[in-house]
Amino acid sequence: MADAVVLLDRFPALAGVDLDVARGEIVLLRGPNGAGKTTLLRTCAGLARVVQGTVEVLGVDLVAAPRSVRRRVGMLSHQDGLYGDLTVEDNVRFWARAAGADLADATAALARCDLDGRLATVPAARLSAGQKRRTALAALLARRPELWLLDEPHAGLDRAGRDLVDRLVRDAAAAGATVVFASHELDRAEGLATRAVTIAGGQIREDSGAPAGPIGVERAG
Amino acid sequence: MLADARLVAGKDLRIEWRSRVGIGQMVPFAVLVLVLFAFALDPDRGILTRATAGLYWVATLFAGLLAVQRAFALEAAPGVREAMRLSGLDPAGWFLGKAAAIAVQLLLLEAVLGVGVIVLYAADLQGPLLLLATCMAATVGIAAAGTLYGVLAAGLAVRDTLVPLLLLPVLAPVLLGATRASEAALGNGVGDGWSWCGLLAVFAVLYTMLGMTFFGTLLEET
Amino acid sequence: MTTTPTETTPPAPPASSTSSPLTRVLGTLAGVGVVLVAWLGLVASPRDIVQKDSVRLIYVHVPAVTWMYVAVFLCAFASFMWLRKRTDGWDVLAASAAELAALLTGLGLITGMVWGRPTWGVYWVWDARLTSTAILFVLLLGYQALRRYPADPQSRSRMAAVLGLLLVPNAAIVHFSVDWWRGLHQDATVSKIDVSIEGLMLFTLAASFVVMGIVCAWLLVHRFRVGWLERRAERHHLDAALADRQADADPSAGVAVGGPSS
Repeated sequence: MADAVVLLDRFPALAGVDLDVARGEIVLLRGPNGAGKTTLLRTCAGLARVVQGTVEVLGVDLVAAPRSVRRRVGMLSHQDGLYGDLTVEDNVRFWARAAGADLADATAALARCDLDGRLATVPAARLSAGQKRRTALAALLARRPELWLLDEPHAGLDRAGRDLVDRLVRDAAAAGATVVFASHELDRAEGLATRAVTIAGGQIREDSGAPAGPIGVERAG
Repeated sequence: MLADARLVAGKDLRIEWRSRVGIGQMVPFAVLVLVLFAFALDPDRGILTRATAGLYWVATLFAGLLAVQRAFALEAAPGVREAMRLSGLDPAGWFLGKAAAIAVQLLLLEAVLGVGVIVLYAADLQGPLLLLATCMAATVGIAAAGTLYGVLAAGLAVRDTLVPLLLLPVLAPVLLGATRASEAALGNGVGDGWSWCGLLAVFAVLYTMLGMTFFGTLLEET
Repeated sequence: MTTTPTETTPPAPPASSTSSPLTRVLGTLAGVGVVLVAWLGLVASPRDIVQKDSVRLIYVHVPAVTWMYVAVFLCAFASFMWLRKRTDGWDVLAASAAELAALLTGLGLITGMVWGRPTWGVYWVWDARLTSTAILFVLLLGYQALRRYPADPQSRSRMAAVLGLLLVPNAAIVHFSVDWWRGLHQDATVSKIDVSIEGLMLFTLAASFVVMGIVCAWLLVHRFRVGWLERRAERHHLDAALADRQADADPSAGVAVGGPSS
């Protein structure tokens, strides 16, 4: 994205951001609260309104056609996005099928996230916060997105959960997906990421490394 | 698109089945409205019998409002709306799915109410086919318009008071048509019931088209 | 908040009123026209044999209702154009037209009711015209309610645009179905002004159509300008907020006001 200005309710959450990310990278976004990390992630998902500048994700110009890229992008946000009355299984299956994946993917995702046992038939409203997060993660996994956007993925999870996140991220990147995540847990996060970007005040302050060169699909400004 | 519609409708109905809000709340509410009308209008059988069709449809309309509110309250769970937008579902499919789920619930309600009306108001059925067609057409119209206006107000906190204000004037012609057609079916109205049924069908088709067209626009960034 | 926007970005000098040569001409014409029509309507034109003085209300009622439909169409058209072009101008036009329409609808209803009292003996009858106008009034009120709600302005414009566009099919359906309904009861003719209009009365009616049109145009232009200025004020706010945001994390750097505010 280049010189992107993104409004959040008339407040400029991103005020001129330039960022290039190549496929297969695992990028950490760090910065103080209110810096604009969540907004940046949402912008990449096509969920935020860009009033200035350009944003291109997976080769698609988001300002012109925000909807076309959504099936290929998966986002884990602060809120779980689960239907309380549906069971874990139903939720993951629904979200998977909504993105065009099939039931087999959903079942596999449930298994990988350790949700295929007793928990599978529990209505989502009765889960603990950590279990809900894992369910949302499974829903994301089942979609097999090319771009993963994770907003503080480790938050609210126990040790096993955090290890699960790390495993999933590494596997995804190895398989060719790109991962961008925001985190406050810098020790674990820095071990996971291949690149770190610091944001403050809606702008990028530091970037530990631009990609070596255009590799396949990239986000260009 | 149709696959998406089926998916969304299935999801809504499954949720409904699990939570039983429709059966537990909407139906008793509508029956209660019918009973209250009997209290309000002296059950001197004359008035109630003549007003049966009208009261039936008013009760259905109010229940329809509840159904629409409920359908969008589902999506108000934290993060669900965003997840829906992110999911890549075709908006027209989404619209059809939601409207279909509402329509199914309403049809079930109407069946129950129909029984209620026959029992409580001693109604006398003479044109069952016309009545059936009327119910179908009116229900689709209510569901389609309800889904469209429901999403229009959905992101707002004042949704609960705004949706009735927006939806009821729009549905006034449906009330008109359904009542006249039902009256003809029950044998105590004037005018051509099938023509009114036709009007309902036009309304239903129109709003389905409008909904499919505008649903996507309304979802963006709300 | 630090500096006010007008100090850092000097646009055209802020408008102190929304008048202009155009509105002055319109306003004068309107003023003169209203006086003329009032004289014609109240004094010069004859009373009707049956309805006596209350027939004079039609000089207000009929034009009001006609221009109301025009305003509704204008709102729908502007809403449609906004959905195509997404520029502020169309949005402000739609909002202004809707307000004007609501005003005219109210006027039409009131004059209709006041006319009805001496004519029919009651303030309200469920005839086709009044009924469908009443529903249209509620539709317009709904639109106003939606506009007033302080949501994110972009979303609000979008929702209002769809609602505005839907006004026309809704009004049409309501009108048609109510007409049909009341036609069965043969009440429809009651609201038709059955007087044989000719001569001075016809002239007065025509004159008042024209004058009311001018008044509406004048109101619309002013209202549009007010709305437009409100939008400009919001843009300045954005620029200032942008500057503040950038200064947020970098207090030592100079405050550079963000790019073009188009």
